[in-house]
Amino acid sequence: MRLPLLALLAKGPAHGYELKQALEGLLGAAYPQPNIGQIYVTLGRLEKSGLIEGEDVTQENRPNKRIYRLTPAGRKAVEAWFEKPTDEPRVRDEFFMKIALAPDSGVADQIALINQQRRHYLNTMRDLSKLAATEDRDNRLGQLLIEGAMLHLQADLDWLERCQEELE
Amino acid sequence: MNREASSAGGADEIASPAAGKEPTEAQPLLRGEGLVKTYQAEGAAVRAVRGVDLRVGRGEFLAVTGPSGAGKSTLLHLLGGLDRPDSGRIWLDGRRVDGYSEARWAVLRRRSIGIVFQFFNLVSHLTVADNVDLPALLAGKTARRAREDRAELLADLGLEGKENSTPGELSGGEQQRVALARALVNHPALLLADEPAGSLDSKGTREVLRLLSRFHQRGQTIVLVTHDARMASAADRVISLFDGRIVDDAVLGREGPRRGGVSGTLELGG
Repeated sequence: MRLPLLALLAKGPAHGYELKQALEGLLGAAYPQPNIGQIYVTLGRLEKSGLIEGEDVTQENRPNKRIYRLTPAGRKAVEAWFEKPTDEPRVRDEFFMKIALAPDSGVADQIALINQQRRHYLNTMRDLSKLAATEDRDNRLGQLLIEGAMLHLQADLDWLERCQEELE
Repeated sequence: MNREASSAGGADEIASPAAGKEPTEAQPLLRGEGLVKTYQAEGAAVRAVRGVDLRVGRGEFLAVTGPSGAGKSTLLHLLGGLDRPDSGRIWLDGRRVDGYSEARWAVLRRRSIGIVFQFFNLVSHLTVADNVDLPALLAGKTARRAREDRAELLADLGLEGKENSTPGELSGGEQQRVALARALVNHPALLLADEPAGSLDSKGTREVLRLLSRFHQRGQTIVLVTHDARMASAADRVISLFDGRIVDDAVLGREGPRRGGVSGTLELGG
């Protein structure tokens, strides 16, 4: 959450609730949104580490709001984030461990595990298709996010096929 | 079962409802039993389908998935009478059909089984309208009735105004929609689809998927062969074929609610 908030603040100063709204507008309903509490906690930490600075603005009939802006150190952190390629998603280690450990354990069968996992992925795929259908078609980022998840899942399913070929 | 015994006498016999003790709902629209198909490829026998049993209920949307070479398309060809099994039996709507002659299969495909293929298989020198009218006329519809049914289907499939185009003038997605219209024009009980999005881009794929889902919602029974999990996940049930055999048969949509909802799958780093 830290770097996305910093990146949002690169556009200009904002308060916590504005940042939450900006994230929602950008990513759509499909993306699991951080709650406002998480955002305030993260902003507090970023301020403590000197990446942003806050200033209280008094409001009539309402509690004060705190407006945050990037410090030069914060801007550097954002630049460094964009400069570096992102780590690829991790291989599903837990399923792999189950496959690796099943034969000697005598508790589970590898092929049954693969079939069970395939069913689970197909159900997830089904849920993602439904999500794609309900998500606003014009929200290109939201649709791309869902499509990315589907492609990852397709790759996981292809890998299950490979496991089945080798282990059958 | 009585039904099997009664139909074993003659391939053409209709299993009489009185002979069977099962209620009619339990009788699947399509049933295959012990299906085996071996090809001769370069002198060696390739066992493409190695003993498949399956039942497809009325109104069910079944996907058959598996790696290439698993026997998916061969199985579909057996079910549509485009290929003959070495052994095994097939019932459509309670009628034993595996012993049918070429000509009787052709009639069956005209009236009861619609098929769409990966490469559309439209008649290239005929217009869209003629491609769709042809099976309707062959099935004995009047020209007027064929025209009306075609107009309705083409509108339904978003192909209004394309009546006089030839297939070569259309995009892949549009050609597949024409193929769907042709397959459905005689209101077949069963729609077979063999990698229908296999040669389409992602937009065309979504379009075909949306249409299959729509026809399924209206009650169309569908058997879809695909290696694309996105397409398979639109079905009610997914059969996994591996090396000519069914290794899994899964009903979708029955998993309990997941922790954190599906959006957990979309969690990004950062």
